[in-house]
Amino acid sequence: MSAAASARAGLDESTHTVTIVVNGRRRSATVPARRLLSDFLRHDLGLTGTHVGCEHGVCGCCTVLLDGDAVRACLLLAVGVDGRDVTTIEGLAAADGGLHPVQQAYHDHHGLQCGFCTPGMVMSTCDFLAHNPDPDRDEIREGISGNLCRCTGYQNIVASVEAAAAVLRESGMDPRSRCPSSESGDAGAGALARAGLGATPNVAGTSGRGPHGKGGPADDRDAAHAEAARVAAQRQRDDVGSGDPPDAPGSDEDRDGPGEGST
Amino acid sequence: MKPPPFRYVAPTTLDEALAALADGGPAAKVMAGGQSLVPLLNMRLAQPSTIVDINRVAGLDELHVDDDAVVVGATVRHARVLADAEVARALPLLGQAIGHVAHQVIRNRGTVVGSLVHADPAAELPAVLALVGGSIQLAGPEGTRTVAAPDFFLAPMESSIRGGEIAVSATFPRLPATTRTAVEELARRHGDYAMAGVAVAVDVRDDRVTGARASFIGVTDVPEVVDLEEHLVGQGSTDLDVTAAVAAARAAIDPVGDIHATADYRRHLAGVLLERALRTAASPIADKDAA
Repeated sequence: MSAAASARAGLDESTHTVTIVVNGRRRSATVPARRLLSDFLRHDLGLTGTHVGCEHGVCGCCTVLLDGDAVRACLLLAVGVDGRDVTTIEGLAAADGGLHPVQQAYHDHHGLQCGFCTPGMVMSTCDFLAHNPDPDRDEIREGISGNLCRCTGYQNIVASVEAAAAVLRESGMDPRSRCPSSESGDAGAGALARAGLGATPNVAGTSGRGPHGKGGPADDRDAAHAEAARVAAQRQRDDVGSGDPPDAPGSDEDRDGPGEGST
Repeated sequence: MKPPPFRYVAPTTLDEALAALADGGPAAKVMAGGQSLVPLLNMRLAQPSTIVDINRVAGLDELHVDDDAVVVGATVRHARVLADAEVARALPLLGQAIGHVAHQVIRNRGTVVGSLVHADPAAELPAVLALVGGSIQLAGPEGTRTVAAPDFFLAPMESSIRGGEIAVSATFPRLPATTRTAVEELARRHGDYAMAGVAVAVDVRDDRVTGARASFIGVTDVPEVVDLEEHLVGQGSTDLDVTAAVAAARAAIDPVGDIHATADYRRHLAGVLLERALRTAASPIADKDAA
């Protein structure tokens, strides 16, 4: 309901301009106080990779990182996180489309079936592995226990987390950060990543652009993500495109397409 | 599954927050972590006129440990308390309990004080506050007051906090070095509300029990502390006969049956968990580490 409609209905509602750094880029929109962060991401910013399942904090599908900590986007008011830093599933893959190690592991180990829970599973996994880089299987089960998979594909999800942990330990990468682009231009790896992206869109989210959070702007120079971006953009419209500075204002201006319907 | 309309204010000082709460009238609501409040909003079970978000209020995010107590500010998250090494040394019971609170993702946002104010009988922290004889500090238009746990929890989901007041911190007194604690609970799925649970404190000197008490989760309306001393005192700490203590506890609690478990089953379960908790708490530290 718009503010005007609320007023007509005799409801007293405040609206707020909310600015959040999402996947390394400043985004803002003017929304009613009751706008949930999950809806802010999906409806106002068009980032539909964050899925909405139960909307009362049980299923975990809407999990995102708030200043690096996994949280339920459906249990936060967007206005309550004004000025904070949010990472969504769209913020994990490299600028060139290369999958984040956690995404790659879910792909390699068939850690998803219908894919609806996957963005939340992946985000929870990133937070979990940041705190526990070398978990055993019991710890992994506890680590993902806040995320429900209605396909009941838990065996492969546990295997995926285990595999991701091994890769991350080897690379030393912080699992909560965006995956760096491949500097070597490894064609095989790139092809694999793109194949994975095409086959399993919910693992990848959209390709996005720019590094996560406080990192440097290096990835923005890498324009070789066209294929991945093309595939991803068909489903999910992040800030894929070119030319906008990282602090480009105003999601309203950015809003050039429908934000819903990819789930 | 969307919140109803409300006005929202995010003050940065306690005085501003109290003023905003007063302005909002009787239907205004304080929000800290929101992990209980937002589901209530989404399900339209709560329709506040105004939400006073206290997350930006200076000074409420302090976690303080001294020789006497662990003092937890109103915006301190469960995860921070759980990860704090000083808290773990000062009052292991807090970590033992918070490990059972929902999931990591919820603990990253939910607050200890918020859980206390919510006064859900199925929550762990009210039982812990009662067991250690803790208190809650409330700020209101007429100044601040401190309310001890037995006077704070009035009924399920009902505390003695008054309209216009904000809970600013909770004080969990430290236990003597001779007091050992444990928390046991059982839920159908990890992290769900427990069908039954219990927190225990057992005093042990020279391998003999010198005192014992328990506070239950999900099987009493409010977290009453059941004194088990007469049933356990004098026993060898590694060879407890808990029969009388378990019987006394089952008589003292008042579980309610629901879709998850009957009242009789919860009563039975509470006794089983009490036995486990007593044995865990009373056993030597080395055994606990190995367990």
